[in-house]
Amino acid sequence: MNFADIIRQLQQDTYGAGAEPVAGVFGSSMGSLGLFLPELLLCLTIVLLLLVRLFGADRFVPPYWTALVGALAAFCAAVAEFYGLRGAAPETSVEMFTGLLVYDKLTVFFRLYLLLFLIFVVALTILSGIPDNEDGPDFYTLLFGSTLGMMLMVAANHLLILFLAIEMASVPSYAMVGFLKGRRKSSEAAFKYVVFGAGTAGVMLYGLSLLGGLLGTLEFPVVAERLAVAFSSAESVSLSNPAFATLLLALLMVFVGIAFKLSLVPFHFWCPDAFEGAAAEVGGFLSVASKGAAFALLVRFCLAFSTVPGAELDGFGLYLGLALGAVAAVTATFGNLAAYAQTNVKRLLAYSTIAHAGYMLMAVAAMMVLLHPPEGTADLDGVAAAIEGLLYYAFVYLFMNLGAFTVVAFVRNEIFSEEIDDYNGLVSQAPVLCVAMLVCMFSLVGMPPFGGFWGKLEVFAALFDAGRLHWFMWLVLVVGGANTVFSLFYYLRVLKAMFIAERPENAREARVRADSLQGLYAIVVSVPVLVLGVVIGPLAATVRNVAEGLLSAVASF
Amino acid sequence: MAALLFAIIFLPAAGALVLAFFDDDAEDGIRWTGVSFSVATMVATLLLLGGFNYEDPGIQPLVQADGQALESYVYAHEGDVLFDGEVNPVGIEIDEEGVVRNADGEEVEGAVLLAAGDVVHNGKVAEEVTHDGPLEAGQFRRGFASEWIPHWNVYYRVGYDGIAVPLVLLTSVISFLAMLASWSIKKMVKGYVILFLLLETGMLGVFLALDFFLFYIFWEVMLLPMYFLIGVWGGPRREYAAIKFFLYTLVGSVLMLIAMLMFYFYSADASADGSKIFNLLELARIAKAGGFDQNVQLIAFVLLFIGFAIKVPTFPFHTWLPDAHVEAPTPISMILAGVLLKMGGYGILRIAFPLCPWATQAAALVLVVIGAVSIIYGALAAMAQTDFKRLVAYSSVSHMGYVIVGIAVWKLGESTAVANPDQWRMGLSGAMFQMIAHGVSSAGMFFMVGVVYDRVHHRNLNEFGGLTLKMPLYSGLAAGIFFAGLGLPGMCGFIGEVAVTLASFSYSAFLAVVVASGVILTAGYILWALQRVYLGAEYKGPHEEALVPMNGRETLIAGTLLAFAVVLGVYPRLILDMMDGSVGLLVENLAAGYEAVAPAAEETALAP
Repeated sequence: MNFADIIRQLQQDTYGAGAEPVAGVFGSSMGSLGLFLPELLLCLTIVLLLLVRLFGADRFVPPYWTALVGALAAFCAAVAEFYGLRGAAPETSVEMFTGLLVYDKLTVFFRLYLLLFLIFVVALTILSGIPDNEDGPDFYTLLFGSTLGMMLMVAANHLLILFLAIEMASVPSYAMVGFLKGRRKSSEAAFKYVVFGAGTAGVMLYGLSLLGGLLGTLEFPVVAERLAVAFSSAESVSLSNPAFATLLLALLMVFVGIAFKLSLVPFHFWCPDAFEGAAAEVGGFLSVASKGAAFALLVRFCLAFSTVPGAELDGFGLYLGLALGAVAAVTATFGNLAAYAQTNVKRLLAYSTIAHAGYMLMAVAAMMVLLHPPEGTADLDGVAAAIEGLLYYAFVYLFMNLGAFTVVAFVRNEIFSEEIDDYNGLVSQAPVLCVAMLVCMFSLVGMPPFGGFWGKLEVFAALFDAGRLHWFMWLVLVVGGANTVFSLFYYLRVLKAMFIAERPENAREARVRADSLQGLYAIVVSVPVLVLGVVIGPLAATVRNVAEGLLSAVASF
Repeated sequence: MAALLFAIIFLPAAGALVLAFFDDDAEDGIRWTGVSFSVATMVATLLLLGGFNYEDPGIQPLVQADGQALESYVYAHEGDVLFDGEVNPVGIEIDEEGVVRNADGEEVEGAVLLAAGDVVHNGKVAEEVTHDGPLEAGQFRRGFASEWIPHWNVYYRVGYDGIAVPLVLLTSVISFLAMLASWSIKKMVKGYVILFLLLETGMLGVFLALDFFLFYIFWEVMLLPMYFLIGVWGGPRREYAAIKFFLYTLVGSVLMLIAMLMFYFYSADASADGSKIFNLLELARIAKAGGFDQNVQLIAFVLLFIGFAIKVPTFPFHTWLPDAHVEAPTPISMILAGVLLKMGGYGILRIAFPLCPWATQAAALVLVVIGAVSIIYGALAAMAQTDFKRLVAYSSVSHMGYVIVGIAVWKLGESTAVANPDQWRMGLSGAMFQMIAHGVSSAGMFFMVGVVYDRVHHRNLNEFGGLTLKMPLYSGLAAGIFFAGLGLPGMCGFIGEVAVTLASFSYSAFLAVVVASGVILTAGYILWALQRVYLGAEYKGPHEEALVPMNGRETLIAGTLLAFAVVLGVYPRLILDMMDGSVGLLVENLAAGYEAVAPAAEETALAP
């Protein structure tokens, strides 16, 4: 193959002209770029935002309109692909850009997820007034850049892209955390976040390079094959084999990087500080979007290492699942216990975020255990159920966590405080915000009839199923159940302040009416939490379809 | 019928939704709207009686392929004969050899010998099915079911039997009376009534749900309103009491959730087509056939029992109850004691027992001991109280102890699963009746305490006295209701207690002595309380001037409850007839379920 051929192939892959048809809404004529349309629209929006600023047009066209239109356009493009989810979706995955990215149902689902969330966040920032008009272009550029990085994360099909995407998502978020300029806490939080992020990124990169060296490839689909070749005998899967020790070390290092994004214990230290220092809007964005994207990435990464059945590494996959289960149990427990001592609502929500990362990680752990049973073959239905649980949880989490941060942001605008004590008796002045908070928090606890319950039930069901293969998962399930009870305390502390305590005489007024824009926004965000807890079937069936698609595409069972 | 059940469950919730659009200040309008929705719900539950088949001990209604409830069907007993479309036509008899003969002694052809449980409709034996596939003509299904989450086999499935119906009626009546008693709530009336109605939806849903998942949802739905009803409208230590209540119940719920998952996954191994189910009827059938092994049953039973025992509450799990009761406002105390505690007992009868028959027997002794300790401990604790409401609260612990003893007196025979099934039936019936009776009398007692608390704002037993002189009508009604709680013959409390005590004789004579002594202790604390509050020459506490006679609304509530207490005491068959068949069926199924698992255990024990 000469150079010209390579260039031609690259062209075909990118533009699709004359290439073999690429399944997707945009047909064969557009190639990878066509499938990449939502991301391209985000890029275009970023350029527009900067140009508008350059020519001073932001005095006439507020930057948030540009941002909102851009996000909506990208969302519409992704919706067009969403309709492929339940109908003419690509039944197998399609590789984009010569295998760097993958376009499958999971990609489509998470694109939609991230863009929907982006619209909500932009709308929230418009209503809450952070950032102001002056800073708008900067803020939205960072926001869109970070989202773009996350969209690459969910589509990553290559270890290099994994790293680049995580960095692309992280770097703008460092700046967003420090966006409240001139506030000591904010700068400190951003600094802490950067140092931590840079450290873990370095470790992860080292791990990736070890993997690359060990396997001779960076592409996800090939990883499993190479692993099977490298560790073909039972003897090779032992610590006395340097190659195996290197593999363990490399995986550990990569997990450090992912664990940082997920704020898993013990890589969670940045999270409370960053959330407390950052504006509530940024906190909401980081807690939902980066979690969702990182979990999609984690699932892809884990599946990449477990697609060859009957290999000697099967036991290894089981232990990987158990290890994830242990980390999940510790994370959930730590997050919930630490949240109890908080007096600042944002800090409390930060610990709650940590705890929820723990719950969601339980689903991944269950997935790994179910995929690598100690004996017999894997029950793919069970594996799909575990992924379904994770996706459902993540989707409900979008609304319930955003709702909680929304209330924090709106209340902050009224009373200039984020301390729980200053929330006392708010129900008499801003009932709509309090009821929205109630819905979101009880959903976070996992109480029916709110969506969080079904997410949690699916995760617990997967854990139970996995527990039949290895008892340790039952232990994780018990820890998860106990955590549900722990978590009740601190969520109730906020609700108790809002509903049961009396509003002090000299407290600032926080009148938010249900028919104000803020009130409507709070309703719009919290109603889905209730709906997803009652009308469960459609979303559950959709995410099951995504999970099965992912399994059929990735696994060669 | 499907619509009626739907209406019963969701009418209160609809009321809550309507009230959300009311103006905050229209307090009287809000209260009356609340009352009218609870009256409507009560009327709907009474309509339920119209379609109730006293002959049918199974889950009702029976639904045809087209989803219509079957109005007329006959439930066959052992030995019934179907001939020419009639069950046991005149003159048709079965002789000793099992041959069916007519009045002339000639053998008749075409007669069908029915088994207990067969359902005859339009002259044919109906093939009864409870699975959820599409029904063909001539097939039947118990209760109503429609798909909710298809690929998880979750159904909206509701129905009732003789055990559920009395509790549904109790719930709607007590809710109505408690709503009437809610005029004493002055703060945030709208929020109060909305939460109250949501609570009622949760309670009715629990009693009518036949899908484990649906049951769980309603069970939890009722938690949230209760937390706020105690927490916002309660007494001085309301925050503590509310969170304690929430926490205890949530622990129970989590245990129940794990048990639910156990049955969900293990049902796949036992069900015909390998599907996982939440259907309580089908799960019970699997358990009856021995589909769940001993370990599964034992673990699940412990989880379920703790979950329900917290709600009942029995001895070691009861500590939330006095706090919650003392701090809750009067109407909420009525609901708590009158209905919520019954959900624990109902859960044990509807879920824990039928799904774990072997474990039920294995745990019978433990249950009986727990129940007996609750009886004695609750009574002694009640005697030591100086707070009137706390006394009534502890009396609930004691009275609900009878329920646990009554349901658990399952004694094995030499060769049979149940030594004396009639005794056990009596215990179960007594326990069920005790639940209803306690629902009436404890709601009444809490209301009576509330009436006087509203006037003088204290509940110290040592600072009352002489109320008979100041409020004669109130004192008379109160004395009647307290006597009902005491278990005076001729009033509702007596029937349940005496049935449980008699049944416990067959289990163990010592147990009967302990249980009977509980009756004496009960008499002790109630009479002593009556003496300190109502008798005596003069009132010893503050706010003497506030002791005005009851108004019409209060008289109506107290009078209704007292009337129920007397009617149920004089004519207990009103309730007993309803649940007799269902209780008998429960005993049969449990015995069968035990035998299905027990021999297998001996074989495995012998195996090397």
